[in-house]
Amino acid sequence: MMTWLRQNARETIAALALVILFAGYIAIHPRGFSTYVVTIWSNQGTLLGLAAIAQFFVVLVKGIDLSVGSIIALTNVMGSFLLNGSPTSIALGMAVVLTVGVACGLVNGIAVVYGGVQPIVTTLATGGIFGGIALLLRPTPGGSIDETMSDALTYAVAGIPVSAVILVIVLVILLMLLRRTAVGLGLYAIGSSEQSAYMTGLRVNRLKLVAYGSSGFVAALAGTYVSMVTLTGDPNIAPSYTLNSIAAVVLGGVALSGGVGSPLGAVIGALILKTISSLMFFSGLPPLAQPFFEGLILATAIALGALGVFQVRSRLELYR
Amino acid sequence: MTDATERTVTSRWLNRDRVSVLLIGLGCVALLLGGSLLYPGFLKPGYILQQLQIAAFLGIIATGAMLVILLGEIDLSVPWTITGTAIVVISASGSSNPLVASLAIPLGLCLGIAVGLLNAIGVAVFRVPAMVWTLAVNAMLLGAAVFYTGNSRPNGEVPWLATQAATGRTFGIPNAFLVWLVVAAITVWVLKRTVYGNYLYALGNSRRAVFLAGARVRLVMVATFVLAGVFSSFGAILLLGYTNQAYQGMGDPYLMPVISAVVIGGTSIQGGRGNYIGTFAGAIFITLLSSILSVMQMPPAAREMIFGAIILVMLLVHGLTNKKEGV
Repeated sequence: MMTWLRQNARETIAALALVILFAGYIAIHPRGFSTYVVTIWSNQGTLLGLAAIAQFFVVLVKGIDLSVGSIIALTNVMGSFLLNGSPTSIALGMAVVLTVGVACGLVNGIAVVYGGVQPIVTTLATGGIFGGIALLLRPTPGGSIDETMSDALTYAVAGIPVSAVILVIVLVILLMLLRRTAVGLGLYAIGSSEQSAYMTGLRVNRLKLVAYGSSGFVAALAGTYVSMVTLTGDPNIAPSYTLNSIAAVVLGGVALSGGVGSPLGAVIGALILKTISSLMFFSGLPPLAQPFFEGLILATAIALGALGVFQVRSRLELYR
Repeated sequence: MTDATERTVTSRWLNRDRVSVLLIGLGCVALLLGGSLLYPGFLKPGYILQQLQIAAFLGIIATGAMLVILLGEIDLSVPWTITGTAIVVISASGSSNPLVASLAIPLGLCLGIAVGLLNAIGVAVFRVPAMVWTLAVNAMLLGAAVFYTGNSRPNGEVPWLATQAATGRTFGIPNAFLVWLVVAAITVWVLKRTVYGNYLYALGNSRRAVFLAGARVRLVMVATFVLAGVFSSFGAILLLGYTNQAYQGMGDPYLMPVISAVVIGGTSIQGGRGNYIGTFAGAIFITLLSSILSVMQMPPAAREMIFGAIILVMLLVHGLTNKKEGV
């Protein structure tokens, strides 16, 4: 148990912070701990959690994805066209939306792997393209989503929010894939040392494409779930998701230098962020002061996570 | 081995830096010629001078961004440094206290220094990834600006000097462009001829080696972030003189173009490689591109797409030529 805790220190600390923040949130929420409050919190958390997982896959292989938000916006907008009508057409629409997500991810991957462009600038450019397509398809928020499906996926069953169940299922599947399959371990290997991974005989290029494709897939899941929660397609949601997904993975102990972290950490980071902003909402601070404190808390949290730099034995370790 | 390839690459006349400058130069010419087919006024000196004037704002802000990128970091706090500076300057200049009013521009630059220091503390001392830290700083600046102005447009006066520098002309040439030329000359000199410039490139290549060589790594990093903040504020003051008003979100449309200008100018986003001429040309290219797209009356969505696509193509060309050279 102790070794496990030590090995997963970053996730453990983040989880503790989350528990404290959540307790604080419940304590000051006027309606206290009720299914309603938890469901809303969980739905919001799931949206950002999925976005953070999408970001995690790219960060795992030493990349960064500035187009996550745009892919979410694009798939959300497509969902607002396709996710209604008969069950068959919804299923087909769902397949199309997810395929688009994977395709977007692969475009990023191909430009990075075969085009030799740095991930950060690639996704900066493709983010513009994906976001542009979303805006072209639907210049203003609108559209319709099948309400039965939305209700089924965003309410609670027996006091447990469906969104939480979805998030847990996604997490379990991903954790199994990442820890138990050759592909998953290969991704970690590439993140830690691309050169060694190549020398070991891993198909580095192909594995990187898998990472980018998976990121696109999860982003599409997030986009679909945005459709379910908001019942509209909104092309303007991109920037906030991109920025928050990066902040979330860092808070959740995923190293931006690659190879370290887990989707669980990313989700915990996302939930922390969501709880902070909900806390702000009910904190009684003047509304105009809230954005400042949100930024301040984010900065403090990140700086606290970096306190380890004062423990290194040699300053040489800080420079790589 | 890298040393040998490096030498053969630099010994050739058409090295990497020159290729990117040449490429963007061709891109600018292509844009102007293509634009003149649609709209004959494009090749007139008046239009070109006006574009250079607008490019100056982007170019000055991109100068700071380039220094940080050369270091191997990134500054995402640019948007609200711009907005914050504009708000500070316009409010101070409109102040009833004559002393505060006369110090409006220095106060604005001080904000840039403060933001730069804050960025540097996180990145150089706490070693937080710049991407996240500067983002958090940006969020705090946004919060502070919202709190200060209370969701309304800040009132005040634009300093006379800012208006003159941004919109005035000397011998028919926009002052803003002249200011940019001066900034450019100094930057080129600093990058090529000073110890600081050499450290900057060296740090971008191998921070470890520079540390072992005994250089004051943190000092150089702090100085770079502070300079970046000052350039953002400087650009913001000119921008304020040009738009004649400060409003929330006035800096938001600048982040992507600034980074794009630096990167398509051939500066490696990993740091340690790039030259200022590339950034200079990159800023002009980006300005021309967005001007032409707006003259063509593209809807914003299509504009965003084409913008992204062209930048991606430029980057792919860079990336593929690098691969061929084995860099």
